[in-house]
Amino acid sequence: MMSARVRPGATVWLLAVYAFLYVPILCLIAFSFTAGEITTQFDGFSLRWYGELLRDDELVDAVLLSLRVGAFAATAAVVVGSAAAFVLARFGRYPGSAAFAGMTTAPMVMPEVVIGLSLVLLFTHPLFTFLGGRGVAAIWAAHTTLCTAYVTVLVQSRLREMDRSLEEAALDLGCPPFKVFFVITVPVIAPALVAGWLLAFTLSMDDFVLAAMLSDPGSTTLPVLVFARLHHGLKPEINALATVIVALVSLAVVVANRAMLSAQRKRAAALRHAAGISPTGVPNVTLGSPDIRR
Amino acid sequence: MRRQHFFLARGRFWVGMLPWAWMLLFFALPFALILKVSLSTPELAIPPYLPPFVMEPGDVLPHLRPDFASYRRLHDELLALGTPGADLQYLAAWGNSLLLAALTTLLCLLIGYPFAYHIARSREAARNTLLMLVMLPFWTSFLLRVYAWMVLLDSSELGLINRVLLAAGLVDAPLQLLYNQGAVLVGMVYSYLPFMVLPLYANLVKLDPQLLEAAADLGARPWTTFLRVTLPLSRRGIVAGSMLVFIPAVGEFVIPDLLGGGDVLMIGRKIWEDFGPNQDWPMAAAVAVTMVLVLIAPIVLLHRHGRADGRTDGRSGEAG
Amino acid sequence: MDQAGEKGAANRRAYLRIEGVTKRFDDTLAVDEVSLEIGEREIFALLGSSGCGKTTLLRMLAGLETPDAGRIVLDGENLAEVPAHRRPTNMMFQSYALFPHMTVEANVAFGLWQERPRLTRAEVEARVAEMLDLVQMQRYARRKPHELSGGQQQRVALARSLAKEPKLLLLDEPLAALDKKIRQRTQLELVNLIERVGVTCILVTHDQEEAMTMAGRIGVMNEGRLLQVGTPGEIYETPDCRFTAEFIGEANLFHGRVADGALAGADFPAAIVLPPEAGLAEGDEAWVSVRPERVSLSRAGAASAGVSEPADCNAATGEVADIAYLGSHSVYHVRLANGRIVIASVPSVHWGDAPPPTWGDVLRVAWFAPDGVVLTR
Ligand SMILES: Nc1ncnc2c1ncn2[C@@H]1O[C@H](COP(=O)(O)OP(=O)(O)O)[C@@H](O)[C@H]1O
Ligand SMILES: [Mg+2]
Repeated sequence: MMSARVRPGATVWLLAVYAFLYVPILCLIAFSFTAGEITTQFDGFSLRWYGELLRDDELVDAVLLSLRVGAFAATAAVVVGSAAAFVLARFGRYPGSAAFAGMTTAPMVMPEVVIGLSLVLLFTHPLFTFLGGRGVAAIWAAHTTLCTAYVTVLVQSRLREMDRSLEEAALDLGCPPFKVFFVITVPVIAPALVAGWLLAFTLSMDDFVLAAMLSDPGSTTLPVLVFARLHHGLKPEINALATVIVALVSLAVVVANRAMLSAQRKRAAALRHAAGISPTGVPNVTLGSPDIRR
Repeated sequence: MRRQHFFLARGRFWVGMLPWAWMLLFFALPFALILKVSLSTPELAIPPYLPPFVMEPGDVLPHLRPDFASYRRLHDELLALGTPGADLQYLAAWGNSLLLAALTTLLCLLIGYPFAYHIARSREAARNTLLMLVMLPFWTSFLLRVYAWMVLLDSSELGLINRVLLAAGLVDAPLQLLYNQGAVLVGMVYSYLPFMVLPLYANLVKLDPQLLEAAADLGARPWTTFLRVTLPLSRRGIVAGSMLVFIPAVGEFVIPDLLGGGDVLMIGRKIWEDFGPNQDWPMAAAVAVTMVLVLIAPIVLLHRHGRADGRTDGRSGEAG
Repeated sequence: MDQAGEKGAANRRAYLRIEGVTKRFDDTLAVDEVSLEIGEREIFALLGSSGCGKTTLLRMLAGLETPDAGRIVLDGENLAEVPAHRRPTNMMFQSYALFPHMTVEANVAFGLWQERPRLTRAEVEARVAEMLDLVQMQRYARRKPHELSGGQQQRVALARSLAKEPKLLLLDEPLAALDKKIRQRTQLELVNLIERVGVTCILVTHDQEEAMTMAGRIGVMNEGRLLQVGTPGEIYETPDCRFTAEFIGEANLFHGRVADGALAGADFPAAIVLPPEAGLAEGDEAWVSVRPERVSLSRAGAASAGVSEPADCNAATGEVADIAYLGSHSVYHVRLANGRIVIASVPSVHWGDAPPPTWGDVLRVAWFAPDGVVLTR
């Protein structure tokens, strides 16, 4: 097949773009091991800056705060986003449904500066002092709003893909409607919930604009701190931080990918087995084929 | 039409209540506040503006006192366009933002299309890994990726690229690489490339290779096939990717701030400055309003054409 | 079709009664005043082309759709107010709808678990084992659905819908997802199994062969209406409307009005002699349907050799326009002088040692009046 043919032009282009994507990151990593003070000069190998990283209380605090905000924002976004996805995928049309659809996904396409500004206006408004003003809670709410949009899209598309007759079959077999949701719907969309949580978590961990606009002196998240430090001059300590983050993310992605691939392989093997010894010997028909009934 | 009893009516109400309330409070209401504040008067206070209406004792309804000064400022700049020596900082920032966003989109498309195309046409086993490699930088810190370019482009003799150029004898003195439009453009293309590649890939990977074979079989040359078959069929991916790059690029603040120095004006940065150092929140709000107005067209475009696959599922909603 | 006749005769006491059931979706009338009675242990097929409302009717029986009008009474109980999860019916979905996150065993046990605490764990397990045994899937009890082939999934779905011993088993296109070859084999397997269990069953299909093989009686549906109900033999031999005649098998339809006791119209060169007791009055509009195997063919020359036509024979001559050789028989498309095509199916041995007619040959087509069926709608 033509798609499997190796074309030199294609390879060169792929390599060039990957180089563009990775050279800057690799440079960061390389210079994190310097013993000197200059971010672009290798003055001998040392883990000095990793030690500095751990001793830097301000930074450690910022990391812990970011993790905390990220975890809570991701969890809240999964709850609100799943509910929103249900409304969008299952409630059909009702007055205001179009407005709701627009509202839930708009944070994804609005410039962050605009969202940030709008939320600052909310949190500083005299009528809304009960929300607690700027600070950690405000950042959490802002991140939840932003991440909800992404979770909604993920869960909604999973719900639409989901074969509705699964829920109907459960009902048909005597399962009460409320229970159907927990024993059928949630397990079936679970991968989207997990993916949504992870995406929300990384978005929150990475967000600078909202956090910076909504932070007060006591709520410096990691990106806010990093941004401030970047204005004060470059130090290899930041390189060390970048290296740690890249390493953690790569590890997570590789592990997740492996798990996915091995699950796929196991499944393929089982299918071959099933086909091999099935009395009919007929190739398998996939269950997940498009909903034929409707 | 009667509904099925999937959720009892009350259950449905509460399921819908949560996201509705959240979005009204944290999205719709704040936007209304932007509109309100854009019509307010700046004031040394907390928060730093006077509301656009006043309540006098005995009033049932407040008196509206909208202050159009912020919008008038933008309007005056428009009128002064072409007048030598006029102060056009907002207009200039707008122009520059649109220009940089458009250039970023174009470059991302030119780099990203062949890239996505070749990934989509590579062996199935390899695709997963190739795509993961695109995603990986995307999952790491955005700020640190911009920082990497600060290190690479540093304009002193210590900057990484400058060191290479000096060592190779290509230049005699370090080049001014950082703190200009070019640096911002590189940073934006670098940061937004995955937004372009992913929708394009999702679209191109679904392209049936048999269509290309059919075109070849009918005598089309590879380029003709590309122009007449592949390109039109990937229109949705192109629109989606372009809008996903263009929209955030217009409002971008961090990249021009870190890589652009003081000279590169962008509209997101103006909002940030009016909001922060200048403490002119009404002006920041007015600019934000214009930004939303300008971005409505691309956002609508994204919604109309941008769905990576044009699945229409009119019915599935109704039965629930 | 005596096997079918026997099944059709089985216990005609109405076990399930559907009375004037109607369902409208926005602007489509999916099911239009359907009334039907089905006896206990009967296997009944709803047959119709895609989109005619079969699934919707089935879903109303299962309680997954609410009728806009009409009543459904099962074993003396009015099901109107009974929600899906309390109905004594079980359905096998067209997509099988096996729960992807549960094993085969758990899928089959799912309905039984809902019956706890009435059923104990041991009882559930025993029943699951029995069901898997019935469909010969014991070996796969621990598999997940996506690790099964299509035929295996179908059997698990069947076991799951039989596990609760429903009063009424609903099968929505039970074999449509299978390949043609295993579909034919599975048809009889499925019938045997349902008869062994002794459950009343309604199955929906768009495949007439499947309906005729599996069901004792068939209801033909079109555009939401139930047109005709009968045994496969009745439906094929004595269709009562044009739709049924053309939908089940093939038919030559001739249109006309009654004049002088015969049917005169542009479709056939001569006035068509009607079968006895056609029950038509002068001037009535009607159609005559003739099955291709009832049309006899002979060489035109032989016919004109002076043998006089019997009085109740309709005959005309035409030219062979198309021939489909199908092994045991061949189908001839003969174009009459008026341009009408008459389809005739003749056994391949019909022509004896003589070479069979070929394109352009002039043939005489004829059928005996009693072989035609008069249709008025
Ligand atoms: N949930 C629904 N909403 C709107 N229209 C529907 C729905 N379900 C079925 N229909 C329409 O009702 C008609 C009958 O559908 P269905 O019962 O699925 O047909 P069949 O099973 O005979 O193919 C079709 O025109 C279909 O489009
Ligand atoms: Mg159907």
